[in-house]
Amino acid sequence: MLNVDDLSVWFGQAPDRVTAVHDATFDVAPGESFGLVGESGSGKSTILRAIAGLIPGWSGRIAVDGQAQAGDRRDRAFFRTVQMVFQDPYASLHPRHSVDAVLAETLRLQGMDRIDQRIVTLLDDVGLGRGFRFRYPHQLSGGQRQRVAIARALAAEPRLLLLDEPTSALDVSVQAEILNLLADLREEHGLTYLMVSHDLSVIAHMCDRLAVMQQGRIVEILPAARLRQGQGSTPYTTQLIAASAGYKAEVARPLRWPPKTGH
Amino acid sequence: MSAMTRPPESRRDWLLSDAPQTRRQARLGAIYQGWLTFRANRLAMVGLIVLVVLIGMAILAPWISPQNPYAQNLANRLQPPSAAHWLGTDALGRDILSRLIHGSRITLFIVGTVALIAPVIGLLIGTVAGFAGGWVDQVLMRVTDIFLAFPKLILALAFVAALGPSIGNAVLALALTAWPPYARLARAETLTIRNADFIAAARLQGAGRLRLLIRHIWPLCLSSLIVRVALDMAGIILSAAGLGFLGLGAQPPLPEWGAMISDGRGYILDFWWVAAMPGIAIFLVSMAFNLLGDGLRDVLDPKGDKS
Repeated sequence: MLNVDDLSVWFGQAPDRVTAVHDATFDVAPGESFGLVGESGSGKSTILRAIAGLIPGWSGRIAVDGQAQAGDRRDRAFFRTVQMVFQDPYASLHPRHSVDAVLAETLRLQGMDRIDQRIVTLLDDVGLGRGFRFRYPHQLSGGQRQRVAIARALAAEPRLLLLDEPTSALDVSVQAEILNLLADLREEHGLTYLMVSHDLSVIAHMCDRLAVMQQGRIVEILPAARLRQGQGSTPYTTQLIAASAGYKAEVARPLRWPPKTGH
Repeated sequence: MSAMTRPPESRRDWLLSDAPQTRRQARLGAIYQGWLTFRANRLAMVGLIVLVVLIGMAILAPWISPQNPYAQNLANRLQPPSAAHWLGTDALGRDILSRLIHGSRITLFIVGTVALIAPVIGLLIGTVAGFAGGWVDQVLMRVTDIFLAFPKLILALAFVAALGPSIGNAVLALALTAWPPYARLARAETLTIRNADFIAAARLQGAGRLRLLIRHIWPLCLSSLIVRVALDMAGIILSAAGLGFLGLGAQPPLPEWGAMISDGRGYILDFWWVAAMPGIAIFLVSMAFNLLGDGLRDVLDPKGDKS
């Protein structure tokens, strides 16, 4: 479904170019749910954005369905296969477009027919119902907004969904709802997920396999079962697992980066 | 929807429903929300009322003005305000009230035309520059800088001098000198919007650049532009009056307010009403636009979340 080989992503021009991802390689099989975990700034979201064509500066190979992609240009077929759900539902919905306007425009752009019926179906799919159809984002809660964003991503009936920390901006109580919704949708529509999160328990719950990232590099790829058992084969993964189990000073100290000197 | 029998709801509830049933209801509801916010601002309402009166005056000018604004009566010149001439007469014995009423048409024409031309040019140039970036941005912004480098009135004077003095040319000159601040504003807004996630999301649906610009970026720039225009209106009226005062705007005997002040200049110490009455009119309308702009800012500010 998705092949990423030797992907390096950078921002800016030559003299002050910052490379955010170094030589990332991983494959996502059709129907699989693949997770990317790591601390903030480890480049996990950057990988998603490069795949989606939102970042022009990258090298290596990104192939979706065997189709190699180039630069920040993507064709219609790509947009019908791959869609993305963004981290912050407060920033990912146009403040002046109603739910209806967002979905109708998306469906029209994707060349869909029977737009009115599809909007109702989409809203039902994400558990919103038609009462929300003509609301504006400011009339919705964070969880409801994220549901709209998911509906928008599903409008084109994609097969690969890029999930960029879809729950990190939400209240804890709403997070579980959205995760369950995503799990259900994956089952119903046979979707493939590439999910980014800094929350190990979310990844352990949602994913089959995961890649652990540190400072722009993939440290280790392991099955989620191993994560659930708390077994990482590299020191960083072990630290990360230990850190997510609860705060312990002796765990936190070696994790700190850059390492503090003195004392 | 279906033929359900719902409990009767008032029109207000229907408008304020947070689960509108149709596109139309949602849109009307949003407008009504805005109206409620606007109405809560007393001063803005005062501004709106003054402007509504002004517009009514302009429309009804031939019927409500007590006398012909061009009729001269030298025997009656420079009369103070009285029952026959509520606001007095000017140096040629013309009724000042009638001239003010007819002059409101000219004021509205100036304001309306400049308000249509300048922000549109500014919006186009600013959003294109901000969205395209690179050399397009550089070129458009340097042109804007050149226009900004001249004092507005001086540049307008140069335009009018080149085009010939008339009210139409004065308006054109004002519009051509008024757009650069709008372009700057629109560009700044665009720069903050263009990297927003909702633009990225629209791109991921295959939205082209033109669609992103018109459907996604313009609506967000428009509100701050409208507020800015309303606040700038006072300045535009004053500039137009200034051009009229300098004899480069409306030509006699047109009852343009600025030109009327200019006519009264010679008698300002002995016959104060000749210059003061149009001055008060300009002041009232300018202030009304400022108050209106303030109220619109509350309603349209995209950051001021209503929820």
